[in-house]
Amino acid sequence: MAQVTLRKVVKKYDEVLAVRGIDLDISDKEFIVLVGPSGCGKSTTLRMIAGLEEISGGDIAIGGHVVNDVPPKDRDIAMVFQNYALYPHMNVYENMSFGLKLKKTPKDVIDQRVKQAAQILDITELLDRKPKQLSGGQRQRVAMGRAIVRDPKVFLFDEPLSNLDAKLRVQMRTEIKKVHQKVRTTTVYVTHDQVEAMTLADRVVVMNGGLIEQVGSPNDLYHSPATKFVAGFIGSPAMNFISCQLEQAAGALRVRLNDTLSFPVPADRTARYTAHVGKPSLMLGLRPEHITETKPHTESNQHDFDMLIDVVEPMGMETLVYFTVNGREICGRVNPNAGAEAAQSMTLRADLSNMHLIDDSTGKVL
Amino acid sequence: MANTAVATGASTRPNYGSMSRDRTWALRWSYFFLVLFAIFFLMPPIYMLITSLKTSAEISAAKNPWFISNPTLQNYIDLLSQNQFLVFFRNSAIVSICVVILTMLISVIAAFALARMKFWGSATLATGVFLTYLIPETLLFIPLFKMFAWVNETFGIQLMNHWWTMIILYPTLTVPFATWIMIGYFASIPKELDEAALIDGATWMQTLTKIFIPVALPGIIAATIFTFTVAWAQFLYPLAFTTSTSELVLPVGIITTLIKGDVFNWGQIMTGALLGAAPPLIIYAFLMDYYIAGLTAGATKG
Repeated sequence: MAQVTLRKVVKKYDEVLAVRGIDLDISDKEFIVLVGPSGCGKSTTLRMIAGLEEISGGDIAIGGHVVNDVPPKDRDIAMVFQNYALYPHMNVYENMSFGLKLKKTPKDVIDQRVKQAAQILDITELLDRKPKQLSGGQRQRVAMGRAIVRDPKVFLFDEPLSNLDAKLRVQMRTEIKKVHQKVRTTTVYVTHDQVEAMTLADRVVVMNGGLIEQVGSPNDLYHSPATKFVAGFIGSPAMNFISCQLEQAAGALRVRLNDTLSFPVPADRTARYTAHVGKPSLMLGLRPEHITETKPHTESNQHDFDMLIDVVEPMGMETLVYFTVNGREICGRVNPNAGAEAAQSMTLRADLSNMHLIDDSTGKVL
Repeated sequence: MANTAVATGASTRPNYGSMSRDRTWALRWSYFFLVLFAIFFLMPPIYMLITSLKTSAEISAAKNPWFISNPTLQNYIDLLSQNQFLVFFRNSAIVSICVVILTMLISVIAAFALARMKFWGSATLATGVFLTYLIPETLLFIPLFKMFAWVNETFGIQLMNHWWTMIILYPTLTVPFATWIMIGYFASIPKELDEAALIDGATWMQTLTKIFIPVALPGIIAATIFTFTVAWAQFLYPLAFTTSTSELVLPVGIITTLIKGDVFNWGQIMTGALLGAAPPLIIYAFLMDYYIAGLTAGATKG
């Protein structure tokens, strides 16, 4: 069991900085997900932890020992690759036992560990098969089995589900979570899928442009994003951003979107926001679920407004409505029975208690 | 009812059948040309076979070359009872097998290093290997003569006129090409496979022997067949560097011992050529599938 520590870790490819000095503490038994758009440095970071990429600067420690110059095999890690990387000429049993055999583990111990891992992953009946005889999901299980039998200090997953179809991906996601609950090994998991990140992680690390934007629990990131990037990246459909101004009138603050549309700022935020009154380049961030149809009972900080609906997308359990404010397309989530229709006016309700105020010039959430 | 359905089906068939009609014509043309090429390329070996079954008298009578009036195995009996033919055969066999082993040992390891271990200049070196293959062997006679003389002066080892010298010489032709095939083949193996092996604790050598060689086996077999064919059929180097009858390999031996002055012993020459062509033919026949898989693998998987 081990914690993983990254200190000012830098990765340079010739002149390109892929990772620009990141600090991260991963505690023992924790499930950490690195998430971000392609090219954000998440896979590079994982590969540096694995020892598959040399680090250009900083320190990486596993279990308290700096491993900068330690080869992958001596780092006591196991990795699951996107394309599974199963040895095609070996059957499942041989694939899973390969690492142990190289370590000259006694045969009976190998046998016991492989069978135990096969049981955890429900692949006992596949042990004699070759990888090409397996489906995508089964291959993924074998790849995980190969990692589990080695009983490593750290599991590393590099986008393990992106080769699977949507349905299988959801299934395997649950599977991975179950396995982690059983074996409790420190896990670093890389994905570009924010849903995967949210559902799997104890803590999510959002990366962008070679830097860490924010580290936090899935709920933290969702409800209290630190930056506009995180606010926009986490959540689907993405958070709405509307340019706005902060006005002070009669001791109360108002967010003004345009001449006709403005909302009072919730009282508990007045103190926090007062300093930003009159600032240019402010943005109101509001998630689609906080723009709903109007309801009979009004709670505090909820305000109704009328809008011309451009597009209606029924999703079954909810309906997405799109309308335009200040030239930007805004998304709301309404009840399927609320009677939303395209090209018709509709009374919507904004729940300002969940609003975010963003300084667009710095990208910071205020 | 059923009759109507069949009739309708038949009448609409030309509309839907244009694809299959195109295909039929394409196949007809393919077969036409394939048969043409087969005839063209099979004519010499068939001629060899027919001639090898004729007596010298019948050959020199120069009647219809495609017809045998008195078939005989005398040429085969004569040739196989001559000790020197068996010596040529033995020399060729030992040389070819040694060259195959030597070539594969060098080129598999070289290709693995060039394809997988990123080191300074590896790309240039890989191109360099290919460029050596482009130099015609005929250009290398004189430098090789010079080198042999130097080796003789310096170390007192006489390399001229020994069949085993061919074991050192042929790899200069076979190693570059075999390495090139293997680089292509190794490059088509996903990088994650060696990374997985690396994390599993394998050394470079274990990654090569336990992962790469088994996975690239079709490519290795293709390179082996190629090397064997080149070594078995090599003519110029042994012609230039060996002279004594006991040191000759098969292709040179047949020509130099069965052509005496202006007397051509055609029956035995053809028999010898046919027997000489047999080993590669047998190897091809058994390993053809691997050979094709190996040669095309880099192109489609890359």
